[in-house]
Amino acid sequence: MRDRAKLVIIGGGVSGLGTAYHLAKSGFTDIVLIERGYFGSGATGRCGGGIRQQFSEEYNIILARESVRMFEKMSEELNQDIGFRQGGYLILAHTEEEAEHLRENVRLQNSLDVPSRYMDPSEALDIVPHLNIEGLSAAAYCPTDGVSQPFLVVKGYVDTLKKMGVELHDHTEVKGIKVENGEIKKVITDKGDIETNMVLNAAGAWSAKIAEMAGVEMPNKPYRHEILATEHMKPWLRPMIISFHTGIYFSQSHDGEIVGGIGDPDEPSSFRIDSSLEFLERFASVAVRYIPVMKKLKVLRQWAGLYDVTPDARPILGPVDELPGLIQANGYSGHGFMIHPMVTKLLAEYIIDGKTSIDIEPLNLRRFKTGEIIQEANVVG
Amino acid sequence: MTGIVCRCMDVTKEDLLNAIEEGYTDIESIKRVTGLGRGPCQGKTCVPIAIGIIARATGKHPDEVGYITPRPPTKPIFLEQLADEEVKE
Repeated sequence: MRDRAKLVIIGGGVSGLGTAYHLAKSGFTDIVLIERGYFGSGATGRCGGGIRQQFSEEYNIILARESVRMFEKMSEELNQDIGFRQGGYLILAHTEEEAEHLRENVRLQNSLDVPSRYMDPSEALDIVPHLNIEGLSAAAYCPTDGVSQPFLVVKGYVDTLKKMGVELHDHTEVKGIKVENGEIKKVITDKGDIETNMVLNAAGAWSAKIAEMAGVEMPNKPYRHEILATEHMKPWLRPMIISFHTGIYFSQSHDGEIVGGIGDPDEPSSFRIDSSLEFLERFASVAVRYIPVMKKLKVLRQWAGLYDVTPDARPILGPVDELPGLIQANGYSGHGFMIHPMVTKLLAEYIIDGKTSIDIEPLNLRRFKTGEIIQEANVVG
Repeated sequence: MTGIVCRCMDVTKEDLLNAIEEGYTDIESIKRVTGLGRGPCQGKTCVPIAIGIIARATGKHPDEVGYITPRPPTKPIFLEQLADEEVKE
């Protein structure tokens, strides 16, 4: 391992790998990337792979819209099929209040060039003929939303970065960050120390622990989210089905399995990633209520991962005021994979030029001190 | 040279050796890169065979190759066996 680098990236998920990729593409390759497990072993490799632009808050909509445009070209760019499939997201509402909320969201999304549309439940049957619309008040559909296979994205980045000469270390753990006089001096790992003045904190649910090593306090909290995959089938379900009412989401991946989860509002903050029978029962109950034919579908496996949740459900991006060498790339609150292409491009712009093509200042850590917080409402779980 | 290792997901010995050549040498990464063990048997048939192949190709002891994290359920089960009649909202 090199003992000196201009930038040390902590975290080998899409946040760290994507930033490394955009930096290397611009000729910035003096990077060492450290990953504690295997690449994508945190939230990236555990997520459902959904890519949605239907947010309630303008900034998230723009980041997601730009990211979709990048996902569309990613297989070609990384010379790796990332299993990207644009079957849309179908959001189901149960109450009149939720329907009104969807209508407002669609209006905002349309004003930002996202082609979502509000519809009656009966119209949703054209998109998913197996849907049981009883009890639904409305739906919203955006045809350019979709899914991708997180592991293929990780492989695309890892293989490309190795060819570009960026040093990547998996199975390597960061043990400390040495700070002197408000400047980062060194990253200490179990495989050796790296002298550096700049660290990208892309450690997902462990980001607050990494920041703490550098004496910086963060409000991020880890939450377990469980997920499952069913047996493989021929394509029959075009969109991702999602409901903020029941907290469920599921879609069919490009290799045919249904992948889905359901949020648990009572889940306490913790680092546990074990699986529960209770989750399977809750998912099954809600899934078969929406699509009764899924009764005859078999669950193959279940697992869990950690959401890295911030108080406003929006990411924390950019430098820390009191320690500018520490750059945050975390707090995605369950939406990291879907917005990572644009977010990591912006972070690379910041690292190279000190400025970004879309302002990331509103997502700086300092917002939790100044109180300038805008809540994202469209969150599962 | 070539033979089927994972019958569910159609992963061959050659697929494993290609992944190793690309630098993926632990079983968790190889599972995700090749699809090994992600079908109906969830690796019960193929993973022990794959570990042997990976160990020989990399010179690692089989223990160092590791084992995939076993995921519940033990056998595939129908959603209707899990679903409640009354959906709690």
